[in-house]
Amino acid sequence: MTKVHQIISDTTLTYHQMMLALARLAESEDSTSLPRTEEELKAMEDGILCDLNEGLVPYRPRYIIPDYMKFLKEGSAFLDLKAPQDLWEACNNLLILYRHVPSITSFPVYLGNLDDLLEPFVLQLDEKEAKKCLGLFLTNIDRTLTDSFVHADLGPKETVTGRLVLELTEEMQLAVPNLTLKYDPEVTSDEFAKLCLKCMLKTAKPSFADHKTFVSEWGEDYAIASCYNGLTVGGGGFTLPRMRMYETALKSSSIDDFLDNVLPHYVKLMCGFMDKRVRFIVEESNFFKSNFLVTEGLLELEKFTGMYGMVGLAECCNYLLGIKDPNKGYGHNEEADALGVRIMDRLSQLVSEHVAPYCDAFDHHYRLHAQVGIDSDGRENSPGARIPVGSEPDLASHILHSTKFHKYFPTGIGDIFKFEETWLNTPEALLDIIKGALSQGMRYFSGYLENNDVVRVTGYLVKKSELAKLDAKQQSLNNCSIFGVGARDTANALDRRVEAYEGAD
Amino acid sequence: MKAPINRIIPFSNVDGPGNRMAIFFQSCPFECMYCHNPETIRMCIACGTCVQNCPVQALEKKDGQIVWDEKKCVQCDTCIKVCPHLSSPKIKWLSTNDLMEEIKKVRLFIRGITVSGGECTQHRDFLVELFSKVKQLGLTCLIDSNGSYDFSGDSELMEVCDGVMLDVKATNPLFHQNLTHTDNQLVMKNLKFLLESGKLEEVRTVILPTYPDQNEETVRTVSRIIQGKCRYKLLRYRPFGVRKEGLDFCGQIITSEFEAERLKSIAKDEGSDSVII
Repeated sequence: MTKVHQIISDTTLTYHQMMLALARLAESEDSTSLPRTEEELKAMEDGILCDLNEGLVPYRPRYIIPDYMKFLKEGSAFLDLKAPQDLWEACNNLLILYRHVPSITSFPVYLGNLDDLLEPFVLQLDEKEAKKCLGLFLTNIDRTLTDSFVHADLGPKETVTGRLVLELTEEMQLAVPNLTLKYDPEVTSDEFAKLCLKCMLKTAKPSFADHKTFVSEWGEDYAIASCYNGLTVGGGGFTLPRMRMYETALKSSSIDDFLDNVLPHYVKLMCGFMDKRVRFIVEESNFFKSNFLVTEGLLELEKFTGMYGMVGLAECCNYLLGIKDPNKGYGHNEEADALGVRIMDRLSQLVSEHVAPYCDAFDHHYRLHAQVGIDSDGRENSPGARIPVGSEPDLASHILHSTKFHKYFPTGIGDIFKFEETWLNTPEALLDIIKGALSQGMRYFSGYLENNDVVRVTGYLVKKSELAKLDAKQQSLNNCSIFGVGARDTANALDRRVEAYEGAD
Repeated sequence: MKAPINRIIPFSNVDGPGNRMAIFFQSCPFECMYCHNPETIRMCIACGTCVQNCPVQALEKKDGQIVWDEKKCVQCDTCIKVCPHLSSPKIKWLSTNDLMEEIKKVRLFIRGITVSGGECTQHRDFLVELFSKVKQLGLTCLIDSNGSYDFSGDSELMEVCDGVMLDVKATNPLFHQNLTHTDNQLVMKNLKFLLESGKLEEVRTVILPTYPDQNEETVRTVSRIIQGKCRYKLLRYRPFGVRKEGLDFCGQIITSEFEAERLKSIAKDEGSDSVII
């Protein structure tokens, strides 16, 4: 059976999923437009360099962060839309634009800071009508933007819109969109933060992003998109290949050899690989020349950067120290953690020394990203700098560990904690923890209750009931359910430690 | 000064308001039938039963004491299960400075500490020293007690303690005796003293599946006394971790939600809101 035939006869694919699969197949046919060097191909074969399924011929930036505020103020000539006058028009305009925002997944990975965008319109209406409109807006997003990397932001200020979005998210139990609260304890009220926490426990979102940290790196106009990716509004991320640290470590004879020779060699290789892709997107594909998002000023080339992804810091450290048992290594062992810090210092330095094409707003540098892993990674490379699933230490040690590593990753890193039911009754206790965590250097905190239907896999959300559909060979509307099945089965991603009630009598 | 510590939970959401570090002291003058950590009740007498049963040889008897090798231990809890003496070999003797080291690591994540047990007031001098140090960090100090210690006679401890979470296991003296092997006169005195002195943070009663009349008497009496002036938690009995003697006394089932709701409405009638756990 040909590959095309295989795709079109797969009964678990929806029509849209089938089209995307065919498009990926077509792209993979062209190995001449942007050829890969022998060395790059070898590094890919060795599992060190991974292009994260971006394809051979990139025809749009991986992540696109349109300036939706500008769009709502000015409308769009290309879409023949005027600036909206009320909430119904604003939501309708946004839903139209979302269908025209590409990305690696062909769905928008960023929907805007929904409360900033919609609050003036929400305040025009009585709350009942506003809630109805927002409910339809969210339902439309969930059923048409059927991909869990679709992401919207809230905060840091409390708004009526924010509160209504939380209420609706809880009531409707949607997997899409993913949500982030931009959290600043000095701006966000405790009451609003606790509402967000309750919603997070019940629906696995929003996650909490440290507003101050992101502002210091990206300025006020930053976005959290896709899983947890920090980027600039009006810009985005060109490309995100990954370095798999465990396989990289396999090439070295010692820790010093790794830090002095192997790591610099492969960082140089991967940066060169990124440079070529960035140039191709900008210079060869039509995107920055003719796409209306660019020509109408909703995107600016200068505000894009490349994302340098990595996975498997835990396994890299454990391998270099000869540690076989993950319960005694990285995350449990001061020596392994100290090596992790040394490696990250070195990796940051090497990446920051590379002068990248374009990336004007970032002084021509790429930015590090702790990638959340893909289903085929199995157990050899834990996501980003995370402690391996199933080997997590207690909550306090886990958070203290995270605070050492989050600073290295402006384009995103996050940790996920699974909680037992009692935490729902004590949001103030969880808020104490999050406040402490963010003040100590953690930038992104996600959580959910162990018995939820909507759960967080590695960064994206899936419904366990949708995974069950795929298990039964039925179709799932959401594109990410299939990744969820893979991550669950090959990486045990749903088996993370539960923060349980441990009180004695 | 050192005290026997059974366990430290750095983050706890069930031991007082907000996130707190919970510190569990070893030994308790009560022997509650439903205790689900019976290994906290007595001090180890070094009988050696656990040493013979440890599957990874993490325990040994040295100079008349059981020594626990934390690194070898796989936390299977076999030692606790086989202990004929309601104790544990995994006790650490720690100083207040040792504990302060642990507290300082997480001070920015917690509102305070809660000392529990066992019965922490057995180590009263230690608590005064510990609380004085903890308060310098701006954290609060709560005591979780079974009420076997006369708080009214200890102004020094009350000075540095922000509140007491008091267990009232039964208000009927005879039933309290049967349930805990001690009488409850002091518990009732403490209930009134702590309420009047503004130090009663919370009252807890474990409600049982097999003694509805006793449940009712206790809940009614406590509610009448506290009159909604502090939190009242009704904890549904759960058989997990309870020793055989206790299972025979209390039963093998979880107290029903129906019974919990019945008692909640009795508390309400007597003037106290309560929370079912």
